[in-house]
Amino acid sequence: MTLLKLDNLKVHFPIRGGFFRRVVDHVKAVDGVSFELQQGETYGLVGESGSGKSTTGKAVVKLNEVTSGQILFEGRDLASLSRREIKPFRKDIQMIFQDPYSSLNPKKRVLDIIAEPLRNFERLSPSEEKKIVQDFLDKVGLSPESIHKYPHEFSGGQRQRIGIARSLTLKPKLIIADEPVSALDVSVQAQVLNFLQDLQQEFNLTYLFVGHDLGVIRHMCDRMGVMYRGRLVEEGKSEEIYENPQHIYTKRLIAAIPDLEPEVREDKVQLRKKLTSEYESTYSKYFDENGRAYDLKPISSTHRVALQ
Amino acid sequence: MKKAILQIENLTTSFRIGNKYHAAVDDVSFTVNENEIVAVVGESGCGKSALALSIMQLHNKQRTKSEGNINYKGQNLLKLNDVQMNKVRGKELGMIFQEPLTALNPLMTIGKQIEENLDYHTELSSAEKKNRTIELLTQVGIPYPERTYKQYPHELSGGMRQRAMISIAIACNPALVIADEPTTALDVTIQAQILDLLKDIQSRTKMGIILITHDLSVVAEVADRIVVMYAGQVVETGSVKEIFNNPLHPYTRSLLNSIPSAANEKNRLHVIEGIVPSIAKMDRIGCRFQDRIPWIPKHAHEETPRLHEVGNGHFVRCTCYKAFYFQAEGDASAHDITKIR
Ligand SMILES: Nc1ncnc2c1ncn2[C@@H]1O[C@H](COP(=O)(O)OP(=O)(O)OP(=O)(O)O)[C@@H](O)[C@H]1O
Ligand SMILES: Nc1ncnc2c1ncn2[C@@H]1O[C@H](COP(=O)(O)OP(=O)(O)OP(=O)(O)O)[C@@H](O)[C@H]1O
Ligand code: SF4
Ligand SMILES: [Mg+2]
Ligand SMILES: [Mg+2]
Repeated sequence: MTLLKLDNLKVHFPIRGGFFRRVVDHVKAVDGVSFELQQGETYGLVGESGSGKSTTGKAVVKLNEVTSGQILFEGRDLASLSRREIKPFRKDIQMIFQDPYSSLNPKKRVLDIIAEPLRNFERLSPSEEKKIVQDFLDKVGLSPESIHKYPHEFSGGQRQRIGIARSLTLKPKLIIADEPVSALDVSVQAQVLNFLQDLQQEFNLTYLFVGHDLGVIRHMCDRMGVMYRGRLVEEGKSEEIYENPQHIYTKRLIAAIPDLEPEVREDKVQLRKKLTSEYESTYSKYFDENGRAYDLKPISSTHRVALQ
Repeated sequence: MKKAILQIENLTTSFRIGNKYHAAVDDVSFTVNENEIVAVVGESGCGKSALALSIMQLHNKQRTKSEGNINYKGQNLLKLNDVQMNKVRGKELGMIFQEPLTALNPLMTIGKQIEENLDYHTELSSAEKKNRTIELLTQVGIPYPERTYKQYPHELSGGMRQRAMISIAIACNPALVIADEPTTALDVTIQAQILDLLKDIQSRTKMGIILITHDLSVVAEVADRIVVMYAGQVVETGSVKEIFNNPLHPYTRSLLNSIPSAANEKNRLHVIEGIVPSIAKMDRIGCRFQDRIPWIPKHAHEETPRLHEVGNGHFVRCTCYKAFYFQAEGDASAHDITKIR
């Protein structure tokens, strides 16, 4: 079942200039992106810095104005709903942010941090609320006494889990995880990734997973899309992207992944050099005269590439 | 015989907390040779930056104490006074900091910042300085060096800023560069470009590089030798090939198993229980890693763990590696990538 479908999504930010702060141009942060998420799957979004990954994720939770296009969640177009109409959907879609150090309010106790979304939607007695919060703390592997502590009393991995507990209290269907482990050490990262997989099983969650660590994305995702300058340039099952990349940008991205085998590194330096010159010589095969990637075209039932 | 550039012997750096000193770097020794990249790896809080700042003598002297020997060109850097050290720093020893935006001066153009370093160490005329600066910016792969020369740090993307920092670090053709997490904040394509760039510069100047990182795959890509640090101590060291093909210390093996990679795809990742102890809690004796592998019997550890040579310049601390196995919890042990190799 399709849970989320983006159809030709565009998010353009105005650039203002001149004396009257008139709009002089636009940053086309997201410029015609379409993809679907099936219920229960993990879909990865990768691409270079500034390619529009976070903007896409934020558009789905309405943290960004959508310029045009549709965001169909269980068939309803979120992009066309007003702030009031969208409220019931806010429960179903939650976002986890990159930085566990700054995304939690340092002045609030864990109880208040986790209960905040709950308070917006339900009227609970303090004891009911406390019970729910403690249940979720238990799920994320933190002790019940944690409710009285403040964020600075926890390690990075623990803070990230507090953020996750907070996003789970409303029993969402879709979680948008924007680089949830980028700021963490490998060992803590492993803890959080395992944990996200357990939760997915337990609650039948669907994840939109934004990241730039391709090892992490491969580990987590069933399918993925590769973004480049606001456009999707390739989409497919994770193994198709990693084993058989077709777009020149995807090839460069895959070639840039550091390898755990020291023996192959000279080959990889050579491969990267080759791809850099191939990028220059075959540019027109992949980008139109305005430097915009072409629309995606299927090359198999699951694999799509932006080719002329 | 390779020529040694820097020899660190029994370096201990302690910070004052209250009225006691606690060691963040504890009896660390290793050598960096010409044309060599030595990677220092370990989790957050293991003392990697404290080590780098000790070499550069950038710690606050009121609250920090460094002992041992950092031998550079026949002199112990720890014995130099501020004036002598200023001559070495920036000119012969370059440093690339963890966070470029805080290390660069936000109010000064990139060009001026590079020239300032040249000013301090050279007698070039202003035209020569500008030429050298443009040359450096070109060398680090900045596409429009003339334009970047006039730009301020905030006007550059993360990758460009990191390149600008590298150009400052290499301005005086240093014999050694210390790079503290130079690519952690960057995406993979830019990370690869920067690492390729450092190697490229190295092949011309033969400089030595100390690369500090917690990303083991980066180490596998570029380093010649590895120093694995845990709680301020070296727990394992050797050539990259040796350590990746035959990792011995439980900490090294645990780190390798916690990385998502093709070898442990879709399996559960290994989690190292517990945390790196704070410096006030690090025991002066006993294996510091023992609390994180509680299923290994206490008698497997040495009372005062020493580094043991196991051949090929490969050293490992404590005897516990002989008894170590991954606990059957989860699939981590079944998919121990350090054994598949
Ligand atoms: N509120 C905003 N106003 C103007 N421009 C914006 C705004 N938010 C994002 N942008 C621009 O939109 C583009 C896409 O940004 P976005 O944050 O989505 O990138 P990203 O792919 O998430 O990158 P990263 O990997 O660095 O997080 C960038 O050029 C950015 O500068
Ligand atoms: N100036 C200081 N005063 C007191 N303690 C310090 C000081 N600097 C670092 N420490 C402590 O020394 C230990 C080592 O810190 P260091 O910054 O070297 O870690 P690191 O390995 O570089 O970690 P990261 O990967 O997070 O950068 C930590 O426990 C830290 O809290
Ligand atoms: S040649 Fe380089 S190292 Fe020597 S004095 Fe001039 S700038 Fe400094
Ligand atoms: Mg982002
Ligand atoms: Mg550090």
